[in-house]
Amino acid sequence: MDTIHDMGGMHGFGRVEEEANEPVFHADWERRVFAMVSAVPFAALFGDDQFRPAIERIPPERYLSISYYEKWLDALTSLLVDRGWVTEAELADPASVPVAPRHPKAALPSDVVPAIWAGASQSRPGVAVLRRFQLGDAVVTKRQGSPGHTRLPRYARGKAGCIIKAHGAFLVADRNSIGDQTPEMLYTVAFDARELWGPEARSRDSLTLDLWDRYLDPA
Amino acid sequence: MSGGHDHDHHHHHDHDEEEQGVALRVKALERVLVAKGIVDPAALDVFVDTYETKIGPRNGARVVAKAWTDPAYKTRLLDNATAAIAELGYSGLQGEHMVVVENTPSQHNMVTCTLCSCYPWPVLGLPPVWYKSEAYRARAVREPRKVLEEFGVTLPEGKAVRVWDSNADLRYMVLPERPAGTEGWSAEKLAEIVTRNGMIGTALV
Repeated sequence: MDTIHDMGGMHGFGRVEEEANEPVFHADWERRVFAMVSAVPFAALFGDDQFRPAIERIPPERYLSISYYEKWLDALTSLLVDRGWVTEAELADPASVPVAPRHPKAALPSDVVPAIWAGASQSRPGVAVLRRFQLGDAVVTKRQGSPGHTRLPRYARGKAGCIIKAHGAFLVADRNSIGDQTPEMLYTVAFDARELWGPEARSRDSLTLDLWDRYLDPA
Repeated sequence: MSGGHDHDHHHHHDHDEEEQGVALRVKALERVLVAKGIVDPAALDVFVDTYETKIGPRNGARVVAKAWTDPAYKTRLLDNATAAIAELGYSGLQGEHMVVVENTPSQHNMVTCTLCSCYPWPVLGLPPVWYKSEAYRARAVREPRKVLEEFGVTLPEGKAVRVWDSNADLRYMVLPERPAGTEGWSAEKLAEIVTRNGMIGTALV
């Protein structure tokens, strides 16, 4: 989905403003949104590769006008409504929702810290995957990402780079977002800044991206 | 992308009403999810408390200070950051696959995520608003030196900049250069001078 979230290289957003002594959260509702996005997947299974596309589906004009955790709220709500976990009518009248027993997979307070520490790795080290490229190999990125969710940013398409690391088999965000958990080799690719931005960039500056096999062709 | 904090805002009234609207939507959603047994409010409290009080940039600062004082640890950290960071007890969500990149006299490193706001939670906690802002996401990859200047960092002419756009499953932390004049300092004392921005690469230490 080539929409507004793919911001690398855009102009017009002004200075980066840093807030002095910034708190972790700025309002109690941010705390609750953060925690719900963290806890809901225990029962209503979804992961980053479903959550990020839900954020990307927020219309561009709205995406630019709301805060980070409001995007999370929109995305969480749309995932839950689309999958039938909650309805708009229930959200409009929460008091009408009858109290149901706890979902068997819902996070208990004692589940939370172990789950945070365990993480949710998308690596599949036991799966043999094709490794087409070796360290130092020259590659060119595809000219297009996937039609749906993709992690190949627009600014780095059709660009020449060099493999600097192979990380092994990882689920592919593009495919996992639609339920295909076939892993692929994930590489770190380095690009000269001038390859990406032309002569405005300094000659020795560079940039890296982590790219799945499907994003790459041999140079 | 302000949260609820003060910005240069000319529409406080509208802004407050908007905030209240969002807060009401959040309350309604939590109430529905609790009634349906999908979330336990006490579990939500544990998530909030963990990221508000236990996981934050002090974790990363301890990693940096140990790398500065223990050469064998630094070697392990640059070779397999996930395992080396786990030695200090930090692991998990949004840091399952860590990479630590070392600032040197010839290269400065800076981390961003242009597509969303990927950030190494186990070592740095949740990201600040500026890291999630459109301005940083748009500009860090294209004009890193200008962004650095806005953060008060001017690099020597000969030093190259490498920007790490963390677009997939790896999460990056910068190992800053140890400042001169800290010879003989303990790891505890060194950890106190390591800043969050230093570990993102928008500050020197």
